Amino acid sequence: MDTDIRTPIPTVYGDQTKKFHDVWVSQVELLKQKFGNAIEEVRMPVEYPTDVPIVYVAKDSIVAVLSALRNDPSFGYNFLADLSCTDETPNEKRFEMVYQLFSHSRFNRIRVKVRVREGEKVPTVIPVWISANWAEREVYDMFGVEFLNHPDLRRILMDHRWEGHPLRKDYPLRGYQVFPSPEPIDLDVLERQ
Amino acid sequence: MTDISKEVPKIPRDLSRFGLPGKIDIQLEHDPDDLWDESRMIVNIGPTHPAMHGALRMMAKVNGEIIEKSYSEFGYTHRAKEKLGENRTYHQFIVYTDRLNYCSALINNMTYAMAVERLMGVEVPTRCIWLRMMCMEMARVIDHLICIGIAAVDMGAFTYFLYGFHQREEAYTLIEKLCGARLTTSYSRIGGLMHDAPEGWEKEVKVWAKRTLAVIDEMDQLLTGNKIWLKRTVGASVFPKEKCLEYGFTGPNARGAGIDIDLRRDQPVLFYKDVEFDVPVAQNGDAFDRYMIRLEEIRQSLNILIQCADKIKKGPIWSEDKRVRIPEKEVVFNTMEGMIHHFKFFMTGFEVPPGEAYTSFEAANGELGFYIVSKGEPRAHRMRIRGPSFWHYQALDPMVKGKYLGDLVAALGSINIIAGEIDR
Repeated sequence: MDTDIRTPIPTVYGDQTKKFHDVWVSQVELLKQKFGNAIEEVRMPVEYPTDVPIVYVAKDSIVAVLSALRNDPSFGYNFLADLSCTDETPNEKRFEMVYQLFSHSRFNRIRVKVRVREGEKVPTVIPVWISANWAEREVYDMFGVEFLNHPDLRRILMDHRWEGHPLRKDYPLRGYQVFPSPEPIDLDVLERQ
Repeated sequence: MTDISKEVPKIPRDLSRFGLPGKIDIQLEHDPDDLWDESRMIVNIGPTHPAMHGALRMMAKVNGEIIEKSYSEFGYTHRAKEKLGENRTYHQFIVYTDRLNYCSALINNMTYAMAVERLMGVEVPTRCIWLRMMCMEMARVIDHLICIGIAAVDMGAFTYFLYGFHQREEAYTLIEKLCGARLTTSYSRIGGLMHDAPEGWEKEVKVWAKRTLAVIDEMDQLLTGNKIWLKRTVGASVFPKEKCLEYGFTGPNARGAGIDIDLRRDQPVLFYKDVEFDVPVAQNGDAFDRYMIRLEEIRQSLNILIQCADKIKKGPIWSEDKRVRIPEKEVVFNTMEGMIHHFKFFMTGFEVPPGEAYTSFEAANGELGFYIVSKGEPRAHRMRIRGPSFWHYQALDPMVKGKYLGDLVAALGSINIIAGEIDR
């Protein structure tokens, strides 16, 4: 704890590092024991400027890791707070999927990330949390990251005829596209529900 | 470890006083009394329909009057906020946060300011924090008043809505005194607030809160025991606890189903430790419980407001941190250094040290989160906004499956979908 390189988080904003440091350390150790090489890298709050630990997981074991984090009582992260993606363009693995987990029993958080190359497919986490459905659709819409076995991978915010993925770093800020007619009703989608 | 089994019946539901049994759940395959039973039709509701809250669209295949299949569409008010967050400075992005949940713009403002301050390590003074808390609780009251009011209008109870809206208008007048705007407030600044509250504002808030407490009691008497209201809400659009967890429910909707979680209490930020409030929890997860939770939360928020008004003291509202503090106009107009500082602040913006943080706060609808990744530039590398309505809206289709088409409106009103928050 002495080598905290981060900017100090103001006290009224609830810095949880001291409170949960030991919990996080033991949980990360347990994860490493269980999954071995699937845990690529761990960034702990004191060594890296982050508020909660970041666990980098190999793409193919993300479902296993997340279901362990959800179902194993020693982790207890039963709630998927957020699912998003970041574009780290110069990197060889361009995208980073971000899963923000929250525990309703300890009230602490953890962040799981997956590095993805462009064009690679990420396994969907819908088997673990149904709520990931729309969030993954949004990631597909905004970044073009595709998901394996996703039941309904369509665009969600943009028009279905849209070209390109707006939140990629190489998409222009004013990349407008205009369609003369509104989106039609998709009866196939209705039958699939 | 996950305490799904833990039952916390804080709002015991006694429907026997209204002559109703405790637990009702309507789930139908078809309705034999329906004249149009076994006839299929595709119904399209929205995007511009008075019963859809904002520009939302729902396609449903109905069997007579019962929804068989449905799917939802949105994105009609998508304004690329996350993209803008990467292309605007941290200061410029404040105005965009208003337009997320426009019913409680102040909560978005404050949470965003908190997120950036957390990344930068900016300490804000005590008075600023109390003011922020007051603003947020007022916004919560307004949001809940709109939610239960509009839900009642959708089901035909117009008078009830006007009671709430009168108090809401008065609250907006108080907010107008703070920042000159009623709806799109942009009141927070990173490291402070736009202005200090005018003289005597806290007292006015206290008077308003006390009056609103009386009005809430009146509203409770007016609607809660009403037979039509009970028939429309009790047992309608049930969403049980386990499903709520799977679908990422937070806020009043989760508490209505028995998930005892409130980030103000469980992950305390600001001075929420220093005020007393209860977190109402119900068990059945139907529209009626969600309505009762919101009604009770308004009372709790008003109590917090009264406590804040007593505890707040005079003092500075701006952080002393030179990076984020907007220079005083007197310095700007009279000294060269001040002028340069002002110019640099608004043209280039301040740099946020590299790092990332997910800051969440209990907004009116649930967990509002800002996940900001900074690479040390004046613009964010990634500005992710987690709006609670996005996750609630996802559950609407399973919620209304096998229910009457008319109950769709009740379901939508009871989970309080705000289109601005989903579309971003």
